[in-house]
Amino acid sequence: MKRTLRILGMGILLVAGFDQATGLWNRTNATPVSKPEMTVEVKIDNFSFSPASLEIKAGTKVTWTNADDIPHTVVSNEQVFKSKALDTDEKFSFTFDKPGTYPYFCSLHPKMTAKVVVQ
Amino acid sequence: MKKKDEIQFDHNEDGIDRRGFLKCMAWAGTGTLCVMKGGVMSSFSMSRLAELDPAAIAGELSFVQISDSHMGFNKPANPDVIGTLKAAIEKINALPGNPEFLLHTGDITHLSKPEEFDNVQQILKDAKIKEAFYVPGEHDVATDEGKEYLQRYGKGAMGAGWHSFEKNGVHFVGLVNVVNLKAGGLGTLGHEQLEWLEDDLKSKKSSTPIVVFAHIPLWSVYPEWGWGTEDSTQALAYLKRFGSVTVLNGHIHQTMQKIEGNVTFHTAASTAFPQPAPGTAPSPGPMKVPAEQLKSVLGITSVNFVRGQKALAVVDSNLG
Repeated sequence: MKRTLRILGMGILLVAGFDQATGLWNRTNATPVSKPEMTVEVKIDNFSFSPASLEIKAGTKVTWTNADDIPHTVVSNEQVFKSKALDTDEKFSFTFDKPGTYPYFCSLHPKMTAKVVVQ
Repeated sequence: MKKKDEIQFDHNEDGIDRRGFLKCMAWAGTGTLCVMKGGVMSSFSMSRLAELDPAAIAGELSFVQISDSHMGFNKPANPDVIGTLKAAIEKINALPGNPEFLLHTGDITHLSKPEEFDNVQQILKDAKIKEAFYVPGEHDVATDEGKEYLQRYGKGAMGAGWHSFEKNGVHFVGLVNVVNLKAGGLGTLGHEQLEWLEDDLKSKKSSTPIVVFAHIPLWSVYPEWGWGTEDSTQALAYLKRFGSVTVLNGHIHQTMQKIEGNVTFHTAASTAFPQPAPGTAPSPGPMKVPAEQLKSVLGITSVNFVRGQKALAVVDSNLG
């Protein structure tokens, strides 16, 4: 374990770069990822979310993409997550860390409802 | 008045028979003038307007409604919403009987960006009208919960922008049904606004003609697509005692009319792009029509009020 940490630490140093413009150490690319993150896509098309019911494991990142010619939002019923108005082809992502059922809707067209179930 | 336009069966004693109503409906969308005079409803095609006696169409109060200009929209259904809004203004300026003011029933902009509001304001400067009144559509409150909208149009308004005013003895009420929408629901007025409406109407005589304008239809056009307002029944209950109520909406980008007792419901065309008729497409998204047909499915609505007549005359004319 100690060795793993040391290797990770070296990794951080290796990818950190000195930004001459700001005079600061730039560590934006240096955040170690503890485990490979799963990403799942949800498509917004024809005024609906697809899939309408999505089952994922905790820690999964969900990315919504708006394929309509009309803006939509992705808003959790319990205000756990809330996107801005997504224009055509714009995306919104949220990582679900806690298990549970997350119903959501489009706050502009509230007939559009769907849910994410996190195991 | 032509003999054949007289009422034959008036079962509801509302001055409208089924035949006359359907006849008026048949013209909707192609440019119609429906006038109620002494219990007789007459419909004229817009192309015949020039032949009519100006006194028959000029009211004591004339105003015009435009809707859904969606400034900022640039998709194939209409890559030039600036051009079509300008065409709508030209149409307004050419209307007989000079409309006094303009109502915009929302979705002024596509994404509530300041530059989109600026563009509309700039284009409306060319309209020969004295003033303009607005209510927001869901697109006008999409990115900042309506801050930009209220900054520009919310002066003297309550809550999310609801307000009322008087013109020539007609009482106008602008309602907002596009904020705080609930998952799975329709348009919503909300408790606070309904209380305000009840209070606002309290002092008005039942003989006062009322015009209510709001973005999403206040009647159930097609709930499956969200084309209706959750708590509009309550609002309509407050309006029940009035002899003449005209409800003007937008949102569905097509003209539609329904008459229920003393209430005339009407939706205006968009100045930007058409949407499909209820249930005729997988979704209510923008409908693409051949470029040369676009202006025939966009339009403006003019309204005339003549004292002593029961209903206001609502006239749709396309931009083609």
